[in-house]
Amino acid sequence: MSFDQHVFCFVQFEAEYRRFGLKRNGSGGFQEFYRLLQTIHHIHGVDVLLGYADIHGDLLPINNDENFYKAVSSANPLLRIIITKREDEPVVYGTNSLQRRKKGLGLTGLRTTGSGTIHSKSKSGLMIGPPQNFRQISSIIDVDILPETHRRVRLHKHGTKKPLGFYIRDGVSVRVTPQGVEKVPGVFISRLVRGGLAESTGLLAVNDEILEVNGIDVAGKSLDQVTDMMVANSHNLIVTVKPANQRNNVVHRESKNFMGNSGSVGSAGSTGSVLSHESPSPASQSNPITASSSIAEGDSEDEDDDGDIILENDCPTAYNPHLVTKRNSVKLNGESSCSGPHPSAVGRPLPQSMSLPSSIGASLGYSSNTMSGHNGSLASSSQDSMKDDGTELTL
Amino acid sequence: MMKFRFRRQGTDPQRERIKQELFAFNKTVGHGFPHQPSALAFDPKLQLMAIGTKSGAIKIYGAPGVEFTGIHGDATAVTQIHFLPGQGRLLSLLDDNTIHLWELVAGPSREVGGHFVVRIFSLWEKIKLCLFVSFIHSRLPDDYRCGKSLGPVESLQEHPQQPGKILIGYSRGLVVLWDLGAGRVEQLFLGKQQLESLVWERSGNLFVSSHNDGGYSVWAVTSGNACSPQPVSSTIPYGPFPCKAINKILWRTSQSGSPVLLYSGGMPRASYGDRHCLTVQQDKEHVTLDFTSRVIDFFTVHSIKPEKEFDDPSALVVLLEEELVVIDLQTPGWPSLPTPYLAPLHSSAITCSCHIANVPPKLWERLINAGKAQRGRQQTHMSWPICGGKNLAPPPKQQELLLTGHEDGTVRFWDASGVALTPLYKLGTANVFHTDCDDPHDPGDDPDLQQEEEWPPFRKVGCFDPYSDDPRLGIQKMSLCKYSNKLMVAGTAGQVIVLGFNDERSDHSVDVSVVDLLQDREGFTWKGHSRLEPRLKPAPFPPGFQPLVLVQCLPPASVTAVALHTEWNLIAFGTSHGFGLFDYHRRNSVLARCTLHPNDSLAMEGPLSRVKSLKKSLRQSFRRIRKSRVSGKKRVITTPTSKVQEANAALAEQEEVAPVQRRIEPRSADDSLSGVVRCLCFADTFLRDGTHHGPTLWAGTNSGSVYAYALEVPGVGSGRACERGGASESSSCVEAVLGKEIQLMHRAPVVSICVLDGRGKPLPDPYEASQDLAIAPDMTNAHSVLIASEEQLKVFSLPKVSAKTKFKLTAHEGCRVRKVALVLFSSAAQEDYNEHTLVCLTNLGDMHLFNIPALRPQVRYDCIRKEDISGIASCVFSKNGQGFYLISPSEYERFSLSAKVLTEPLCSVQLDRPQMLPVVSDGEGQTLEPPSSLSSPILDTPLDSPLSCADLTLDSTGELTVEDVRDFLT
Repeated sequence: MSFDQHVFCFVQFEAEYRRFGLKRNGSGGFQEFYRLLQTIHHIHGVDVLLGYADIHGDLLPINNDENFYKAVSSANPLLRIIITKREDEPVVYGTNSLQRRKKGLGLTGLRTTGSGTIHSKSKSGLMIGPPQNFRQISSIIDVDILPETHRRVRLHKHGTKKPLGFYIRDGVSVRVTPQGVEKVPGVFISRLVRGGLAESTGLLAVNDEILEVNGIDVAGKSLDQVTDMMVANSHNLIVTVKPANQRNNVVHRESKNFMGNSGSVGSAGSTGSVLSHESPSPASQSNPITASSSIAEGDSEDEDDDGDIILENDCPTAYNPHLVTKRNSVKLNGESSCSGPHPSAVGRPLPQSMSLPSSIGASLGYSSNTMSGHNGSLASSSQDSMKDDGTELTL
Repeated sequence: MMKFRFRRQGTDPQRERIKQELFAFNKTVGHGFPHQPSALAFDPKLQLMAIGTKSGAIKIYGAPGVEFTGIHGDATAVTQIHFLPGQGRLLSLLDDNTIHLWELVAGPSREVGGHFVVRIFSLWEKIKLCLFVSFIHSRLPDDYRCGKSLGPVESLQEHPQQPGKILIGYSRGLVVLWDLGAGRVEQLFLGKQQLESLVWERSGNLFVSSHNDGGYSVWAVTSGNACSPQPVSSTIPYGPFPCKAINKILWRTSQSGSPVLLYSGGMPRASYGDRHCLTVQQDKEHVTLDFTSRVIDFFTVHSIKPEKEFDDPSALVVLLEEELVVIDLQTPGWPSLPTPYLAPLHSSAITCSCHIANVPPKLWERLINAGKAQRGRQQTHMSWPICGGKNLAPPPKQQELLLTGHEDGTVRFWDASGVALTPLYKLGTANVFHTDCDDPHDPGDDPDLQQEEEWPPFRKVGCFDPYSDDPRLGIQKMSLCKYSNKLMVAGTAGQVIVLGFNDERSDHSVDVSVVDLLQDREGFTWKGHSRLEPRLKPAPFPPGFQPLVLVQCLPPASVTAVALHTEWNLIAFGTSHGFGLFDYHRRNSVLARCTLHPNDSLAMEGPLSRVKSLKKSLRQSFRRIRKSRVSGKKRVITTPTSKVQEANAALAEQEEVAPVQRRIEPRSADDSLSGVVRCLCFADTFLRDGTHHGPTLWAGTNSGSVYAYALEVPGVGSGRACERGGASESSSCVEAVLGKEIQLMHRAPVVSICVLDGRGKPLPDPYEASQDLAIAPDMTNAHSVLIASEEQLKVFSLPKVSAKTKFKLTAHEGCRVRKVALVLFSSAAQEDYNEHTLVCLTNLGDMHLFNIPALRPQVRYDCIRKEDISGIASCVFSKNGQGFYLISPSEYERFSLSAKVLTEPLCSVQLDRPQMLPVVSDGEGQTLEPPSSLSSPILDTPLDSPLSCADLTLDSTGELTVEDVRDFLT
């Protein structure tokens, strides 16, 4: 048994490992190897994806004869193969992706150079491809400039299949004014859908009063108008609410005592009003900066958001049942590389979430089904099929 | 941040001034027939007619072009109106027992109305009424009295010759001739039948009373005879079987001998009790005018000069619930006269409309001729009898055409150039198809045929016909090319008809083409209505627009968008399933594209989707019940206790109604009806590359998809077609190649698509450029396409579709775009300055104006109430900054957004007004001396019984309060 003729396969599927030998030249094609692995792991009928670690420690896919031979030839003599279920979270292939994987799953036994890890961190912003395991779905923003009784929540809808999942209703809001208690019509969250984005964030609750939508005061607007505004902004929805439950507020003012008055201009300006917790005033009134900053943010963000998809055809395409999936994949690409000022919308949320206050760490939900069906192989195959149609993408 | 700063800016004084010179919002005039009219009056001296409505509006009409409008502050029904003849004043009695005095006030250019309100009858009148009731009672013969009260006063009529005497008719039948001056009863007439109305004969020697049993009686007035127990004659014209009441009767003397008798009602109860009839009889001539809607009131136009001996009525004017009918009483046979205003727009329900500005004189003339030929026999030589006032409006600078499509498959052409909307021509499309009633009959067309040998001698009059033979005939979309006289109409059952203008009558069969928009898409079954059967045999088509080709879409869903390009001989049409392109010159289908989303099941079910409609109708009926409950409560007389109850009820209601909630979810691809084609447009622009322009077709759907096709039209355009030359000529058929597909990220329905040329101006209409009728488009600089969705306005560059500018209307304002139009606004100050502006009507009923292509907001106007959904849906814009929307099923409100182009009534009325009423300065609660003598008959006190009037507390006796001075809006 010589190393020249044989490859030692080290196969991992979930928590199970198998080792076996393989003839370097005698083996058949990819299909045969795929069936072999299914037999070894007793996973017949389970749709799986194969990946291998190449000499640089990168996780690369095995999905056709060509890259299978490449994998076999690269084995030295150990060939590390990782099997993942297709329904699972997408596997990120690419440079140093294995290292990142390692961090996530606690995989050991791979030689990694220190420099490589650093390298990966510095490069993470440039990665182009389907998003990673974690994605940001919500954030609390403008904490420093809002009164403590208010909360500005941003829901990141893009990419997820999850519904936003909430309903709003008309209601009566009680305001404390110098003249006394005043009842004014307001808009409230009436219901959260189980499993929806809004519920999973934990930042919105039933009976929260909606004060602003993407920086625009909703006072005086009808329920239908507010609905339309929210739907129009649904891809990047920023709602300012006055939570019904005021006990979980972010109490950043307490730190003011020992940190000195180094707070932002906004907080200094609104200190007076903030001290009285039960005198709610619309955020835009108490602090004009609020509205402007959030508008600006919203606008710049949805330059990416609004990347309409443009298909260029040279001949009319017949109806294709795969059209839907095709569209979706196209959309993703369109999103990531459209001509907006921020070329990679997908890569951006991660550094943002790093800087989030720890109090909302819990809100970073793990969306397991985010990218199902959009892994590399499918995307590339659908792109191939589009080329067959004579369709090209302008991106 | 940058954007935000941009939006804040815009207080440039220079720009503000230009804006003021360009834009101004005015509601100028109402067209059509007032909704739910309730009262009619005529001033024989000024020749003005007034109509009051249930919503509290008063409209005054004189000669064509002379119009005034006033609205009572609170929307209560007008029950009666009476002119003070010759004074330009009128009194209106409302349902809430208030009397209002109106007067025409001369302004510098237009007439404004003064408006006084009398809260309750002035004291002087009351006292008298109370007085003589007891007085009369004492004088009645015992056998007549029978211990019963006299009943309410039904009619008060002033003596035609002696102003001091009035005739008072009580409900039970008693008629009293009262001398106001002397304050005594002159004569008593002991009628036995319940009284409906009274009318004097011209000389004052006779009067006629009409009764509840369908009869009328003639009474003689003889001085010295204190009590006449019997009428001179008594007739029940449609007896002997029980008849309905004669509500109103008129007796007009004529030079030719026997008087003309006109009365409404009186039909035999059993056989014709449901008809709305008015009888005109003179001697042997007897016509029963049979109307399609209820008779509100009528009057005759006759000579009032005191020196004339006879009335000699020239015309009968009948106000019906849905139209105004005028009968020429001078021409034998009493034909009806076409009305120059108050056109019954809704003779069949309006389903769509379209405005064409600046109609070439050639087409205008041909249309008028075709319309004249249509009216044919109906024509009388009489001029319009109501001729008060003077129209001061200058003749229109250009001819404007308003097209309305109707539920019965007709298209009506209206002259919209001036204040009065007058009918020009009517086009029927039903004769293209086999329908249940195959011979197209119009009751108005053939009055002779209707005259059968029957009793009563009915004659159908009027054109209001609310019953559609077949709802599938309804017109949904129209497009007219004013240069080539081609018209395209599309209907409810997927029928698309191309028509050409022909001055001659023609018998021909129409070519039929069927286009399958499903394109063999599997798994769909159409559950809606079936298609209309085309007529296979040649059919006669009258002069006017005659059908050339019928294109039938399959499935036969309602057509939702059309486009016509006459230079390329192409039509495009879209339904809820897809869109098609058809070459009507070569009669071949070029393209059919299905836009259905695979998950969309609803689109296939058709308009009769059972699940949805049941749910909807249930919801609606519940709403209706709730609403009727609420309005029922409102009518309760307000006493202190009932007020408390009302408040309690309102509170209880508030609590019981569950709060409405709305789902917040982005639009998804599989929303229902996502495939509905919302707009189509042809443009000669750059789709393939930046150097070759050529014909293109654009289509936008409900789910925010836009499809752009490059067209190869033989012999047209530059680019490849020319280069290939012979090759394309030999193939000689139009080809369409999909060039671009744009999916708007927010997936909102695409409302409109428009291509802008190199200067950012919209492309001209077909033939405009080639015939030098418009400035040629700039083809040297890059074009762009403006796509307006319900949520955003967006401009993309061409040929590479990349976003240039946008305005997110919904995200900022919370309103959605309903209608958009590109309008050319001319400056009111500078002669040759104009700007193309995007006008945008939202679901809140406001107008937003944006400049193009920068999409900067310019101005915003509130136009339509946001609850008025049908008004918003019916809005149509003209190209010069005016617009129309339906304020009721029968009335268009005309508005203008332009500071320069205004169509509003400019008229004057010569008044002979005695200065007995003080001129209103600005004081409140001015007391006013009432006229000392009755100059106009005042009827029907609002009291149930004259005996009870003394019990009423008069809290504002005889006091006139000035409510609102600028109430005549026009």
